[in-house]
Amino acid sequence: MSSLKQILVVGNGMVGHHFVEQLVQLKENTDKSVTYKITVLSAEPRLAYDRVHLSEYFSGKTADDLALTNLDIYAQWGVEVKTSAKVIAIDKVQRFVTIEGGETLAYDKLVIATGSYPFVPPIKGNDQEHCLVYRTIEDLEAIQASAQVSNVGVVIGGGLLGLEAANALKQLGLETHVVEFAPQLMAVQIDQGGGAVLKDKIEELGVKVHTQKATTEIVKSDQSRYKLVFSDDTALETDLILFSAGIRPHDELAKVSDLAMGERGGIVINNQCLTSDENIYAIGECALWNNFIFGLVAPGYQMAKVAASHILGDVNSFTGADMSTKLKLMGVDVGSIGDAHGKTPLSQSYTFENQPEGIYKKIVVSEDKTQLLGAVLVGDTSDYDTLLQYMLNGLTLPEAPESLILPMATDKPALGADALPDSAIICSCHNVSKGDIVQAVEQGACDVNAIKQCTKASTGCGGCAALVKNVTDSELAARGVEVNTDLCEHFAYSRTELYHIVKAEKITTFDQLLEKHGKGLGCEICKPTAGSILASVWNDYVLKDQHLPLQDTNDLFLANMQKDGTYSVVPRIPGGEITPDKLITIGEVAKKYNLYTKITGGQRIDLFGARVEQLPDIWRELIDAGLETGHAYGKSLRTVKSCVGSTWCRYGVQDSVSMALLVENRYKGLRSPHKIKMAVSGCTRECAEAQSKDIGVIATDKGWNLYVCGNGGMKPRHADLFATDLDDVSLIQYIDRILMFYVATADRLQRTSVWLENLEGGLDYLKQVVIDDHLGINAELESQMAHIVGSYQCEWKTTIEDPEKLKRFKHYVNSDKSDDNIVFVTEREQIRPARFDEKIRVKTIEAI
Amino acid sequence: MSNQQWQRICAEDALCDNAGVCALIATEQSEQQVAIFKVGKTQQQVYAIGNYDPIGKANVLYRGIVGSVDEQIVVASPLYKQHFSLTSGQCLQATEVSVPVYPARINQGYVELFA
Repeated sequence: MSSLKQILVVGNGMVGHHFVEQLVQLKENTDKSVTYKITVLSAEPRLAYDRVHLSEYFSGKTADDLALTNLDIYAQWGVEVKTSAKVIAIDKVQRFVTIEGGETLAYDKLVIATGSYPFVPPIKGNDQEHCLVYRTIEDLEAIQASAQVSNVGVVIGGGLLGLEAANALKQLGLETHVVEFAPQLMAVQIDQGGGAVLKDKIEELGVKVHTQKATTEIVKSDQSRYKLVFSDDTALETDLILFSAGIRPHDELAKVSDLAMGERGGIVINNQCLTSDENIYAIGECALWNNFIFGLVAPGYQMAKVAASHILGDVNSFTGADMSTKLKLMGVDVGSIGDAHGKTPLSQSYTFENQPEGIYKKIVVSEDKTQLLGAVLVGDTSDYDTLLQYMLNGLTLPEAPESLILPMATDKPALGADALPDSAIICSCHNVSKGDIVQAVEQGACDVNAIKQCTKASTGCGGCAALVKNVTDSELAARGVEVNTDLCEHFAYSRTELYHIVKAEKITTFDQLLEKHGKGLGCEICKPTAGSILASVWNDYVLKDQHLPLQDTNDLFLANMQKDGTYSVVPRIPGGEITPDKLITIGEVAKKYNLYTKITGGQRIDLFGARVEQLPDIWRELIDAGLETGHAYGKSLRTVKSCVGSTWCRYGVQDSVSMALLVENRYKGLRSPHKIKMAVSGCTRECAEAQSKDIGVIATDKGWNLYVCGNGGMKPRHADLFATDLDDVSLIQYIDRILMFYVATADRLQRTSVWLENLEGGLDYLKQVVIDDHLGINAELESQMAHIVGSYQCEWKTTIEDPEKLKRFKHYVNSDKSDDNIVFVTEREQIRPARFDEKIRVKTIEAI
Repeated sequence: MSNQQWQRICAEDALCDNAGVCALIATEQSEQQVAIFKVGKTQQQVYAIGNYDPIGKANVLYRGIVGSVDEQIVVASPLYKQHFSLTSGQCLQATEVSVPVYPARINQGYVELFA
């Protein structure tokens, strides 16, 4: 008979959730004679969510996006959950806890993961309205509400979280200040020199930094809502105050239950994360290990794993954690590794500073200059991964350690994946070592996505993405696995490679491409891909004799094939704006040819049931009325949805229709790896749903916010905010570059959403390329787009003017009859294709 | 069955290189739709198979993309992309499914089918 063990977890933050996840996973591989019953008790109303990316709540992520789990997942795992259940007492002898309200629950093992709360310094007047903290989604909602009635915001505290909070205030449109008691920003992670460069960069971005200021009082003010009074008798006017002065452990429960506590709080734990009671563990920011509280998520995750395995009878140890960190604060890269301040006795340091560009790098090395002890990086963290590996793995430094950070050092030693020992930690968020990745590869994982799935590497902060790819590729190569990116059996190249071949060698036909670089006859994969590439680069008429055999059936007849072999027809209605006359023409055409009509999701009208031989007549009438092809058949720009904007709407702040027209008319006809959808909204209410589009534009009172790589449909993806408050010219410039970069680098049939997710370096990299011209290709991208825009033609107009081309729009080459297998029946006053059984009936009736 | 013969369909230049057209032919039982393709890199060859896609259940095979899978000359159905061999009529993805094959030739500038 199996015995039952009750595990109670108090708290469901990131660490509490990670513990549950670990326990559920690890128990699969243990003795099945014990059944573990896991119960989670959370004082908060919601389950664990991603606090590391909390600021993204302001750039559009919802609480659901940030959620790490939900009730269904816990139910699947067999974990019981009680929310809004605050534990107020522990009976250590009888082993049960009491929940506020009186309910009691027994346990065999209890895990406290209650986390921490923001410390609000004891400043007089700190408890007034609009004095807020930055920790939970509820806090963010309060900040958002307060920001709506404020002009100026101050963050008290210039640490890592304080700067995150300042960024949030800035995004909310407030004049933003940061007040720091110490002489520099981020005093814990970086040294004085780095702090100074960071301060300059942040002030450049429009956030005012006040260091060495001690706030003594918050008083009401006539000018704005409050005034901060400093100890040096200066003052600062503000409407909103955000405290970010560090964290304090949530340890009341342990205190009232008589567990051993630190002098200044925190629940004392040993290397197995056990408290002073042998059945109670504490993990995360409420726990005090070696007189230290770890305010980062990675050490908390390590504790969670140690505690989970200890409960299952394994002995792992928590022996401290690396507090190295790499992050982006308001667009400024900051990295801190190990002994950043050079506190190790006799340590030496090397510093490099590039003041004009705001770059600061320092490394701290051992007395004999063989070991890296620490580093500070501001403005450029490209060396972070390499430096971290040197430090964590005790790798011997090169003869001239400074070569690691000097920009011009030509012999900069590249730290290849092979140089790392198996024990090297690659992903510190999830504590994944190189050995773990090697093992995953051995068990069959054969690309980075598979590695991410089975090891969780690079799914935390994502900072190790490049390294994970390196290690994975190198391991695959070592096993003789060729990473096959061949398009198909006819071309041993990826789509991107073919694109560059076509461009570089000025190839203009598929036959040339096949002759020089392929084999066989081609197929339905490489032909349309080549057709699309040729169109993206040269923008020829797609039905030219040499291009025609490459086209998918939809492009071949410039219409969308339906299940019965008939086609649907979609005229372009730019921005969804249409005159009554054009609307009447569409209606008349539909009526004349007896077409089924339906409004599409992209603010257009789709006409169904056209036989191939009817297409030219239909289009002649549409074109005569001033309509043109909508490219609904192509892997190309589809629609630009818009709301009426400031022209009609009471809330609109920009003319979204004009912008939608501009954008749609500019990019119509652009052939791309997959279809492209766009939208323009006239205000933040977002009626055009721009954040679910490949390119989304949302009006602000200062210009346009540009969102990229969103998607609706099968795998919805919320678009990422790419740039804010752009004027018309920069907006179009950015879209030109983004689209052309996508066209050049995406895989076949890869939408922008998946493209961005697979793009090494992600959104930041895309910004570097498009905004900073990191690759030096912007002029080229723009001139290519100019070529596409300049060579636009309505493919239907060209087609109906060419009698040779029209010959193909006949069902039979040797007869004028129609395909008799196409049969319609009437439903809701319109036609629809007859079902198979209905066709038989129709035929029988005809026979009689 | 002896009524089968070479039927003249259309002029050769009504075909399109590496693409298909559809023809209506008379057989003993009824009229049939045939998809005719001209395929090849330098030496173009004419192939003819039934136009009806037995999987997609529509007369569309002539609108598919032609090409090769290993050594076989095939057309991919424009509906659901299964490959049909132009020489055997066999569907490569569902071997129990096949379409009729008709001998085809170019004769004196005309396309002819044996049916």
